[in-house]
Amino acid sequence: MTAIVIQGVRPYGEDAVDLVINDGVITEILAPGTGVGTIIEADGLIALPGFVDLHTHLREPGREDAETIETGSQAAALGGFTCVHAMANTDPVADTAGVVEQVWRIGREIGLIDVRPVGAVTVRLEGTQLSEIGAMANSAAGVTVFSDDGKCVHDALLMRRALEYVKAFGGVVAQHAQEPRLTENAQMNEGELSGKLGMVGWPAVAEEAIIARDVLLAEHVGSRLHACHVSTAGSVEVIRWAKSRGVNVTAEVTPHHLLLTEDLVATYDPVFKVNPPLRSTADVLALRQALADGTIDAVATDHAPHPHEHKDCEWGSAAMGMLGLQTAFSVVMETMVEPGLLDWRGVADRMSVRPARIGAVATQGHALEVGALANIVVVDPDARWTVVPEQLASKSSNTPYAAREFPGVVVHTFFEGRPTVLGGKIA
Amino acid sequence: MRHLLSAGELDRDTALLILDTAAEMSALSERSVKKLPTLRGRTVVNLFFEDSTRTRISFELAAKRLSADVINFAAKGSSVSKGESLKDTALTLEAMGADAVVIRHWDSGAPYRLAHANWIGGSVINAGDGTHEHPTQALLDAYTMRKHLRGGQGALEGVRVGIVGDVLHSRVARSNVLLLQTLGAEVTLVAPPTLLPIGIEEWPCEVSYHIDEVLPKVDAIMMLRVQSERMKDAYFPTAREYSRLYGLGGERMKLLPEHAIVMHPGPMNRGMEISAEVADSAQAVMVEQVANGVSVRMAVLYLLLGGAKELSE
Repeated sequence: MTAIVIQGVRPYGEDAVDLVINDGVITEILAPGTGVGTIIEADGLIALPGFVDLHTHLREPGREDAETIETGSQAAALGGFTCVHAMANTDPVADTAGVVEQVWRIGREIGLIDVRPVGAVTVRLEGTQLSEIGAMANSAAGVTVFSDDGKCVHDALLMRRALEYVKAFGGVVAQHAQEPRLTENAQMNEGELSGKLGMVGWPAVAEEAIIARDVLLAEHVGSRLHACHVSTAGSVEVIRWAKSRGVNVTAEVTPHHLLLTEDLVATYDPVFKVNPPLRSTADVLALRQALADGTIDAVATDHAPHPHEHKDCEWGSAAMGMLGLQTAFSVVMETMVEPGLLDWRGVADRMSVRPARIGAVATQGHALEVGALANIVVVDPDARWTVVPEQLASKSSNTPYAAREFPGVVVHTFFEGRPTVLGGKIA
Repeated sequence: MRHLLSAGELDRDTALLILDTAAEMSALSERSVKKLPTLRGRTVVNLFFEDSTRTRISFELAAKRLSADVINFAAKGSSVSKGESLKDTALTLEAMGADAVVIRHWDSGAPYRLAHANWIGGSVINAGDGTHEHPTQALLDAYTMRKHLRGGQGALEGVRVGIVGDVLHSRVARSNVLLLQTLGAEVTLVAPPTLLPIGIEEWPCEVSYHIDEVLPKVDAIMMLRVQSERMKDAYFPTAREYSRLYGLGGERMKLLPEHAIVMHPGPMNRGMEISAEVADSAQAVMVEQVANGVSVRMAVLYLLLGGAKELSE
C-alpha cells in the first residue's frame, strides 16, 4: 500500500508540513514538498484531528425516511467528522445488545466514520426500568455512553442507579436535562418573547434544576455524568461550580446554541424549533465563554433530521430538531475562532480530543503526531460557502441556515488513514 | 394592509380608519336592508380549527352583509397527528379561489404561518390563534369603549382600562394591550401571579394582583373568561377562591365609578369571573360588544378586500 501525503498542510494552523500516512497511521511529518507517495494538495489548509460528535441522531432503525446510517455517515464525513455517537431514540430503541450491534455493524460496513451507538438508560426510554446496560457494554459495539436523549431520566432514584451501575463498565450517563413537569407542551424559551407570542415557555430552570441535581448525585455515588446540549447561562454556572468541587462532570453545547437566539421564533418558522429551545443572547454569550474556558468540554451537533412534512406546518405541530453535522465546523469558526475565543488547538480539543475522551473512544481524538491513528480533517479557513439545504448529504433538509453564508470549508477528511472526503466531496 | 394577524401591527391611523369604517357599517345595520354590494363575487372562507360559534357567525354575518360568498370550513385536529395538515387545507382553499381566509386555530402563530409560508395568495384574518392574539376582538372592544367613553370619536387617550383574569392564556388580553396602547389608553392587568406571563413587566401596561385597588380607577373593566380546568394545573386552588379574589360580583361592582362600563369577550362563566347580577346590570355592555363585533369585522373585510378605494372616493 502506497503512502498518502497530505502536502503542505498546517497542523493546528501552525507551520506547513507534509503529513505522511501509512496503513492508517501517521508515519512521518516532513518538511513541505518532501513527502513521497500519493500526493493530496493541502497548501495553506489546516489539519485537525477528525471531529468526534457525541450527539447525533441517525434515525436508523425506524425512521429511514428522515436519515439512514449511510446518509448520516456521509453528512458526518463531509462535516469533518470521523466518529459520531448515534443516539438511542430509534425505533426500536437502542436498549438491547441486538440493536446497538446492528447499528455498529452497519456503520462499519459503510466505513465512512466510526458509528458509536449510544445505549438507552431505560427500556424504551420510558424512564421506569434500566436497560441491559451491561449487555450493551459487553457487546461488539462496546457501548460506553448511555442516554435517554429526547427524554430526561427524571426519576432521581433511577438516575442514581444508572450513574452507579455504569461505573462497572467505565460508562457515562449523558443526561438530557429537562424537568418534565416544568416543560409540558413547551414550545420555546420562557421569557418576555414567549409571553408576547403566546407560546408555552420552556424555562431555563427546568434544565438547570436537573443538572444541579445530577451533579450532586454523580458526586454522591462517585460516577461520571455528561450534560447534553447545555443551553443556559445558569447551567454553565452549575457545571462550573460542580467542576470546582471535583465532580466528574462534562458538558456539551450544540452549534445552534452558540449562534442562534430565540428572536427567530417570532417568524413562527418551525425550522427554528428545537429542544432545548433557542435561548437569549446572554445565554449564547455565556455558552461561548464556557466553551472557551473549558467549562463546557465539547461541541456536539444534536443533528436531528426530520422529514419535510414535520417542518412544513404550523409551529405547534412541528417536530423539534435541526440538522447540524455539515455546518458544525463553520458555526464554531464563526462563533469561536473568528472572535478569538478558541485557537485551532482549542477547536481540536473541543471537537475531537475531549469528545473522544468523554465517549472513551480510544481510536479517536489523537494528536497529529507520528504514531497517531490517521483520523484527520483538513479545512480551509479562508474559504466561505453558502448553505443550500437540498445540497446537504442528509436525507432531510431541516437546516436553520438556508442561504446563510459561513466561513470555513471542510476540504478533506481521512478516516483510519483512508480519504472519505476529497475536495469537499465523498471520496 | 393585506392581512390582519396582530393588533400590534396596526398603527394609530389604520386602527382609527377601521373604527371609523366600523361606525359607518354600524349605521347600515340600522337600515331595513342591511346589505352592501361591495364584496359581491368575492369569497371569504371561515377556517375554524377550534369551535367558536360566536366568532364564526359574527364573521359570517359581516361577510354576508357585504355580499361576499361565505364558506364555513370546520377543520378539526392538527397536521401530523390528527388529519389533514394546515398546509393541505390552505392549498385546497387556494385552489377554490378564496379571497380571504378567516382563521381560528389552536396554535399560536398559525395565521402568521398561513400568511407567510407561500401556501395561499389571499388575505388572512386572525380570528384567534392559540394563546397569542385575537385582533378583531380588540378592535370591537376599542370601538365599544370609544362609543361609551369618547362619544364615538377619535382615539382613547386617557381612558383607563382594567383587564382581569387569565392573562397568561388570553389572546384577548394580548391584543387589547397592544391596541389600547396604540390608541393612547392606560391599561392595568389584574390577575393572580400564576396567570401572568413571565416578562409581563416589559409589557406596555401596569400590573396588579388586587382587583379592589384597580376598580375605583378605571373607566372600563374587562373580565376575562377563566376556565375552571386551570385548577388542575395549579394556577389557583379552587374556583371558589378565584371567584372570591378576582370575580366581579354586585358588592365589588360598587367600587367602580358610575360611568364605568363592564365588558366581557364571552362566553361568560356566570358565577365564576362575573356574577349574574353584574352581567345583567346597566353598566354591562356585553350585548353591544357582540353587535359591534359584526360592524368591526365588516370594516376589516371591507378594507382588506379592496373596499378601501371606494370608501375614500
